[in-house]
Amino acid sequence: MIADIGVAVGQVLVVGMGAPLLVGVLRTLKARLVGRRGPSPWQPYADLRKLLGKEVVVSTTTSWVFRATPYVLVATTLVTALIVPVSSARPPLAFAGNIILLVYLFMLGTFFLALAGLDAGSAFGGMGSSRGVAVAALAEPTIIVAVFALALRADTIDLGLVVERFGQEPWLAANPAHLLAFAAFFIVMLAETGRLPVDNPATHLELTMIHEAMVLEYSGRYLALVEWAGAMKLFLFMTLLANLFVPWGLTGPAGPGAVLLGLLALAAKLAVLTGAVAVLETTVAKLRLFRVPELLAGSFALAFLSLMAVILFR
Amino acid sequence: MLGTPIALDSLRRAVIEAGATGVAPWSTNAIECRLPREEITALADRLAMLGVSCQFLAAADTRATGGDFTLAYVFAPTRLSPAVNVLVAVPSAAACFPSLATRSFAASRFEREIHDLFGLVPQGHPDLRRLALHQYWPEGYHPLRRDTGPRTDFVDAGEPFPFRHVEGEGIFEITVGPVHAGIIEPGHFRFSVEGETIVNLETRLGFVHKGTEKLFEGLPFDQAPALAERISGDTSLGHVLAFCQALEALAGCPVPPRAGWLRIVLLELERIYNHVGDVGMIINDTGFSFGHAHCFRIREELLRLNERLTGHRLLRGAVVPGGVTGPIVTASLPEAATTVEKLVAEFVEIARLCLDNTTVLERLQGTGRLSPSTATEMQVVGLIGRASGIDADVRRDVPFAAYGEVEVRVPLYETGDVWARTMVRIDEAREAARLIRTTAGHGVEEATQVRLPPLTAGTHAVGLVEAWRGPIWHWVRAAGPASLDRVKVVDPSFRNWPALEYAVLKNIVPDFPLCNKSFNLSYSGNDL
Repeated sequence: MIADIGVAVGQVLVVGMGAPLLVGVLRTLKARLVGRRGPSPWQPYADLRKLLGKEVVVSTTTSWVFRATPYVLVATTLVTALIVPVSSARPPLAFAGNIILLVYLFMLGTFFLALAGLDAGSAFGGMGSSRGVAVAALAEPTIIVAVFALALRADTIDLGLVVERFGQEPWLAANPAHLLAFAAFFIVMLAETGRLPVDNPATHLELTMIHEAMVLEYSGRYLALVEWAGAMKLFLFMTLLANLFVPWGLTGPAGPGAVLLGLLALAAKLAVLTGAVAVLETTVAKLRLFRVPELLAGSFALAFLSLMAVILFR
Repeated sequence: MLGTPIALDSLRRAVIEAGATGVAPWSTNAIECRLPREEITALADRLAMLGVSCQFLAAADTRATGGDFTLAYVFAPTRLSPAVNVLVAVPSAAACFPSLATRSFAASRFEREIHDLFGLVPQGHPDLRRLALHQYWPEGYHPLRRDTGPRTDFVDAGEPFPFRHVEGEGIFEITVGPVHAGIIEPGHFRFSVEGETIVNLETRLGFVHKGTEKLFEGLPFDQAPALAERISGDTSLGHVLAFCQALEALAGCPVPPRAGWLRIVLLELERIYNHVGDVGMIINDTGFSFGHAHCFRIREELLRLNERLTGHRLLRGAVVPGGVTGPIVTASLPEAATTVEKLVAEFVEIARLCLDNTTVLERLQGTGRLSPSTATEMQVVGLIGRASGIDADVRRDVPFAAYGEVEVRVPLYETGDVWARTMVRIDEAREAARLIRTTAGHGVEEATQVRLPPLTAGTHAVGLVEAWRGPIWHWVRAAGPASLDRVKVVDPSFRNWPALEYAVLKNIVPDFPLCNKSFNLSYSGNDL
């Protein structure tokens, strides 16, 4: 019992505390790749601390939605952190939900973010919300179908059990479906977390923004929460990608040693993934907005093919 | 019209037939004359048949000396040579003149500005909304009239500017600026969009109106070049060179040959560092940070070279009336040319790497098209024009400094998109490096500066320079031996801003920053 609570708390801490570092490392890597020195990987922590200490300016035209959204974002990502297999194949809240809950917890956050973007009544917020919702609507089916392809292979939609099954029977992964689903999920991860080539997290150009336009009105503490939730979302998506598709190092029943091993394995896998994302973001330009649906349609096609492959090669 | 040279004689015949008096030579391949104001539209029509249109229009308050306001028109073909300078008197009792707005787009802009700043009414102008002065300037306050003193009673009348209004199902208005997210100058952009597609854009500038032209009137004479250098920070050299050339033309005093060569070096240095920075910014707006990081590294090296050569990163203080001064006089130019060549070669390599990336190329090609026909109708100038098929470059067509003695290769593109504007910049940076190499060895140890003789009151002259954005005009009128009573400055930005509104039509909103960056017009140079 106490061990379970310990694992749960530990998992939330790993996600919550590790997420800014992930973002920081990604930024530093990108800077190094283009020949700049770049900020320290710890910079996001300093940014969050700075924002937490600043006053909050809220437009008088906003409703409660605007104030609630940062908390909804953080709450949904923290709950998600308990469903995703981070350090072991038995996530603490596994009994409460499966893949479907996971997807819709993310969507709940996106939904509130879009509302908050509209709430302040500025042209940019509305523009960001309309773009954000368009991207989310196209990304959502891909996530479901891609993960279902894996679930079908493992005969369960429980995330932990999928990981465990693939861990025990690695030959299950030797299937084209696995690779296709990985590619589809990778593209969706870029879209959902506002990375290039879908969105440019480093831009200051209001007119080109998607995620940043929705949060343009936030300041101080609220902005810190929104940024933190964004970092956690990236961390969780990358963790999912790492642990679902490459479940090495994760074991079922959690012991202290196993959890430690799981965390070390995760760190190694995230390092590789972060490197891959940094290289990708350095070698591509941002897509023209109307090309984004084509990219996401492509990722859906990959996910769908993956599902077909699972059924055909069963 | 381009390609068929127009003879100065046919211009002379046209102005005489239109009723001009006092026809006299003005400068090489240009004449000047006086014309009654009623005849100006007839003259414009006559000249239009020769392919000559209004390129410049300045007003001056000459009531103290002649009892009238003076309008100075310059009519010229796109290549600005040959030219005719037409002086028109406008009596203060009937402060109006016939408008050329429906004949020349450039004239329509100049006339709106004159309407604001002098209170002279261009009759028949279809759009007399305020251009230079904002709504809070009191009615009837015309700051460039000589008898207008400073005023402080500015109140916001609460009247919004009458923007063009687009209505229809699903049309949405996006207002951007004047305060922006990045460190850029203030300007207001009002988009009407249908979904993400831009159906109308209107820009409202004038937020950094500094009264520059008024300042020139009262400033001690020796401080005027410093003010010219501050008209638009990134074109310090272009503006001060145009100003000094105008003064030298007024004084009838050519600069020593070596000063001409050094001026080429300086002007090309300014062109290179701006083009390198611009290409970096354009690439950055596609989200491709590699190009941005390296272009800005190279730009920094260029700025440091500027500092070594002139003591100032933006080349200030080097060009003075009568010649060139400062560390560049004794600097080793062949050495500088080698540095420039190395940096430009690196820049070209970086640009090639970026443009070889299909995701970058896809963002640039076809974006923000300014078709040659629109560009011609709007009398677009400078590098924006050269990207839209307008083959004009003052360095080649009306040579100044020592440009007449070197060959200037002018790049020309027809597509008019962001890609074309990027390519013009890359080609021009290369050509600039070549020009610096060509001129570096000339006339070492010769004099670089002469003292200007006193000016004659009432005379006027133009300084015309092809700076990195395009042609800069400084029209000056002497008030005494060492004072000016009117300096009219035209930055190419003033001419090109309206073209941006057309280039972005049917593009999507997220591509606007890319279009805007590829124009990279000056706000300060426009607002004066």
